[in-house]
Amino acid sequence: MSDAVSALPGARFAGLVDLAEAGPCGMITLRGDLSAAAVAKAVKDTTGLALPKPRQVAIGKAASVAWMAPDECLIVLDYAKAAETVAALETAVADAFATVAEVSDARAVFTIRGAQARDVLAKACPVDFADFPVGTIRRTRAAQGAAAVWRSGEEEFTLVCFRSVAGYMWDLLTTLARPGGEVGLYR
Amino acid sequence: MSHRLEKGGRLIDRGTRLDFSFNGKRMQGYAGDTLASALLAGDQMLVGRSFKYHRPRGVVAAGAEEPNALLGLGKGQRYEPNQRATTTELYAGAKTVSQNHWPSLEHDVGVVNNAFGRFLSAGFYYKMFIHPRPFWKHVYEPFIRRTAGLGRAPEAETVDADRYEQVYAFADVLVIGGGIAGIAAARAAAEAGRRVILCEQNAHWGGRAPVDGAVIDGQPAGDWVAAQIAALRALANVTLLPRTMGAGVHDHGYVLAYQRVADHEPGAEKPRHRLWRVRAGRTITATGAIERPLSFAGNDIPGVMLASAMRDYAVNWGVAPGRRVVVVTNNDDAYRTALALHDAGVTVRAVIDARSEAKGALPEAVRARGIRVATGTAIRRVEGGKRVTAVELCPQESDGAEASERIHCDAVAMSGGWSPVVHLWSHCGGKLTWDEGQAAFRPDPDRPPLGHDGQGFVIAAGSANGEMRAGTVLADAHAAGLTAAGAKKSTAPGAEDTAEEPLAPVWMMPVRATYKLRSKMWLDPQNDVKVSDIQLAAREGYESVEHAKRYTTLGMATDQGKLSNINGLAILADALGRPIPQVGTTTFRPPFTPVSMGAIAGEARGGLFQPLRRTPLHDWHAENGADWEPVGHWRRPYCYRQPGESRHDAVLREVSGTRESLGLLDASTLGKLLVKGPDAGRFMDMLYTNMMSTLKPGKCRYGLMCNENGFLFDDGVVARLSEDAFLCHTTTGGAERVHAWMEDWLQCEWWDWKVHVVNLTEQYAQIGVVGPNARKLLEQLGTDIDLSKDAMPFMDWREGRLAEIPARVFRISFSGELSFEVAVPAGHGRALWDRLIDAGAEFGAVPYGTEALHIMRAEKGFIMIGDETDGTVIPQDLGLDWAISKKKDDFLGKRGMERAAMVAPERWKLVGLETVDGSVLPHAALCPLEGKNANGQRKTQGRVTSTYHSPTLGRGIALGLVHRGPERMGEVIEFLGDGGRMIPATIVETCFYDKAGEKQNV
Repeated sequence: MSDAVSALPGARFAGLVDLAEAGPCGMITLRGDLSAAAVAKAVKDTTGLALPKPRQVAIGKAASVAWMAPDECLIVLDYAKAAETVAALETAVADAFATVAEVSDARAVFTIRGAQARDVLAKACPVDFADFPVGTIRRTRAAQGAAAVWRSGEEEFTLVCFRSVAGYMWDLLTTLARPGGEVGLYR
Repeated sequence: MSHRLEKGGRLIDRGTRLDFSFNGKRMQGYAGDTLASALLAGDQMLVGRSFKYHRPRGVVAAGAEEPNALLGLGKGQRYEPNQRATTTELYAGAKTVSQNHWPSLEHDVGVVNNAFGRFLSAGFYYKMFIHPRPFWKHVYEPFIRRTAGLGRAPEAETVDADRYEQVYAFADVLVIGGGIAGIAAARAAAEAGRRVILCEQNAHWGGRAPVDGAVIDGQPAGDWVAAQIAALRALANVTLLPRTMGAGVHDHGYVLAYQRVADHEPGAEKPRHRLWRVRAGRTITATGAIERPLSFAGNDIPGVMLASAMRDYAVNWGVAPGRRVVVVTNNDDAYRTALALHDAGVTVRAVIDARSEAKGALPEAVRARGIRVATGTAIRRVEGGKRVTAVELCPQESDGAEASERIHCDAVAMSGGWSPVVHLWSHCGGKLTWDEGQAAFRPDPDRPPLGHDGQGFVIAAGSANGEMRAGTVLADAHAAGLTAAGAKKSTAPGAEDTAEEPLAPVWMMPVRATYKLRSKMWLDPQNDVKVSDIQLAAREGYESVEHAKRYTTLGMATDQGKLSNINGLAILADALGRPIPQVGTTTFRPPFTPVSMGAIAGEARGGLFQPLRRTPLHDWHAENGADWEPVGHWRRPYCYRQPGESRHDAVLREVSGTRESLGLLDASTLGKLLVKGPDAGRFMDMLYTNMMSTLKPGKCRYGLMCNENGFLFDDGVVARLSEDAFLCHTTTGGAERVHAWMEDWLQCEWWDWKVHVVNLTEQYAQIGVVGPNARKLLEQLGTDIDLSKDAMPFMDWREGRLAEIPARVFRISFSGELSFEVAVPAGHGRALWDRLIDAGAEFGAVPYGTEALHIMRAEKGFIMIGDETDGTVIPQDLGLDWAISKKKDDFLGKRGMERAAMVAPERWKLVGLETVDGSVLPHAALCPLEGKNANGQRKTQGRVTSTYHSPTLGRGIALGLVHRGPERMGEVIEFLGDGGRMIPATIVETCFYDKAGEKQNV
């Protein structure tokens, strides 16, 4: 089988920030009551990570778990590991009311790196990035496209959107990161 | 004549000369000039013509309130009309043109309106353009459009060369206005630790305090401002935004601010404008005050200017609007202009003071310089045409029938007192109170705009709050900053104020002016509204200030009445014999000054105008002749055109190729919703009209979805994945809507049902493999799924591997052919497509687009949501009774479709239509009847919903809704064609092709 191809393989841009498409990325949606012990245990057993608090991402070495809603989390991991993790999770949740679905191919993932990352994102997302330490996530929009964005490093953010609008999102981010567009809001 | 002074000009750099042009004339200014100061420095007093009478117009103000000096600026892709010269920074090479005149600024034929001024009185447009009604569209509208809008719009094909953007920001305290009040408020809030944004509409900080010579904490105001700005810039919790105008205050502390990032450096690699979308806990409006003109005859002649503006030009830009100036006032503040001009070497002929006496410190200082002060005196009339030549005086307490004296002069500085800029306070409901002493409306601190917590979220500070002296301004603004920050008391900056005597409210000069004088007293110089017009409006019964405004167009010009509002309503109040506060003001609406369309659009232009959704196969389509069709935000190939091929021919080739051998369709856009959980079957039975809970895993079923009224709104094939899971295919455009529909029912009505919905639309690339050779092709790619007729009958689905890719294969057909839809992870979609194209070559496989899809489904009589349905059609209208369960107790739409009107036999129902001559019926053609309905419209008995040329049958085929259609098989009815031509068509069954279904059953 040929390797999976992401929406914009190898896309790179250097401007106010460094932008890159992250390539194929494993993602699993877990719908279920996140306050239920069985759900938390299933996530812990399969990823080694505790469920994050609202608007947080638990970042681990092999996987991350992002809070998406009171009854939804997103597990981010190596693309090749997604299918087997779906199976493991389904086994682990057992009889608990939970739904596991792989969504790796439904998404595009971008990284935004640099000191001005928050300023560039502020041009697209109605989000207050002031109190936004590493491991914080928002489900929001970037201009006209639905997106989730989290701080994955001191000067790095990860943005996830639907695969079909990857081109729009890339054009948006590269436009907003064009030199000359410095904002100076977050210092 | 206006000219550049030998010295002075705190904002200009005399070392840097900038060339620019005005109406083709080469001119020169300095870095730091505005267009207005540079024009005045070059003695360009006449800068435009007024809207109605085409009267000569000169610069009146030095800021955002300017009504006259509106210019066309730039050229080509950077040309923009109506740019306010007083707030536009000069740049090298600026090309400016004046507006609203023909053939030239100096010689304008429109000025003939001036002679007929008495026929163009208040309400002219209403009186003139009301009769006869047929003239509205073709005579009056073109005339009004040609004369409206002042500046010429950019050429239609011009594309704005600049880029624009927006930014979302959050602040505890947003301070609008960077004068000393705004600076003091921002400093107080920032030192309390709050996150502060301070914005200022001009390029320079400090407002007018440096011009007026304030001394703050022992420092000249300019030095104090510079030190404060430096201190604020050093604070991490402060964002300073020069060239940023607070445009509007909206609910919940939402404020729009308009930053002119690069207007002063056109062509720079920067966004030209940036719209700030700020959420602020508290907003402080430190927006200052605007000086009021005085109403005397000829107050619109170029050279008559606000007194404060005149000293702004002298102090900030080293420009004097005249060599011999007369100052006219009703207050002490204007004496500062006399002093500033005198000290700059300009002759001040006299200060004309309407008050009976002027004994304050400022008048005394003026007298001490040997300048004449004439009290109790009015300007009777200004003489001059395109510039001031003299003024005639008379006693203020008179009718001005005769002049008492004549003074030669070339400029007049006028001051009628100051009005706080209450616009932003008022945008969201802040109320005003009348300040008798200052004859001005000021914010009522007890009635602020209220936020979600019932607390005021806007605080007015400084002059915007009615404080007009530097010392009280600073104290008030500091307190506002502390209040906004919720902070304890701290020491405010201080300034010593010069005592000023009270002003005398003067709304007309002289007080009992004759009609002849009143008809030359301008209130709104851009729209040509005079004192006499307001008085006429009052006499004609326009007593409400809002009505008088619209009737006379007072304050409806581009400056939105910043100068004219208070004077106009004072005249109205006087004419009505009511106190001013009882008459009230017109409504203040955002934006404060105009905002560019570019800033509102932001980055959303060109390719970013709207998100374009692309399937994983999009690039292949683009490279292979796809003729695109927008479907929602998606782009789908309508057809694939080969070189030299028409669309029509391409579509016919695709249909024939598919029916004869093999076609390939990108069906990735179809919605794919996973419905899973212990109650999934029960939920599915409620959502769909037919029974879904009985479907076996491995099987598919076509289903219909109706709203509560029984109207059909989506359809698609449901596959049962497992005992507790269904995969629902929706229409391309319906995926998000159906997903939201499901979540709505689950979250709001059936919240205790154990069902999850996950939108998996984009997880899969889905490819239709269609035609007699479909099975052969899939088998050639290699698969572990037994695709044979017996192992995998029609409406079965299987999971396995195809071409080594994990795949779900659905044996379903929307074409009537042997057909499989293959779903693979989107990241493998292109690889599978490429394999299908390569291996399909042997069978002459044709990729086909949406039009071929539509024709093939129409040949089979399959409905299309949005063609056969329009929100008023129930499944029974379409002959889909078979898909409506009679066993289920309930489903969404069940009761709706049982209502009397829905079960009546009189409904229009779906039939096939074949034209007698084989031609194609026009799209949406109606089938008329004799007579008219209650609305006077021709009666109809049916309409075409889908119509195509069928290459398979070699003739036109159509589907249509016809009154009692299925009961009228074989009847010929006539449809209305182009130009009234009637087209006979026979009513036939909806399925035109392979009625027995043999082609898909192989």
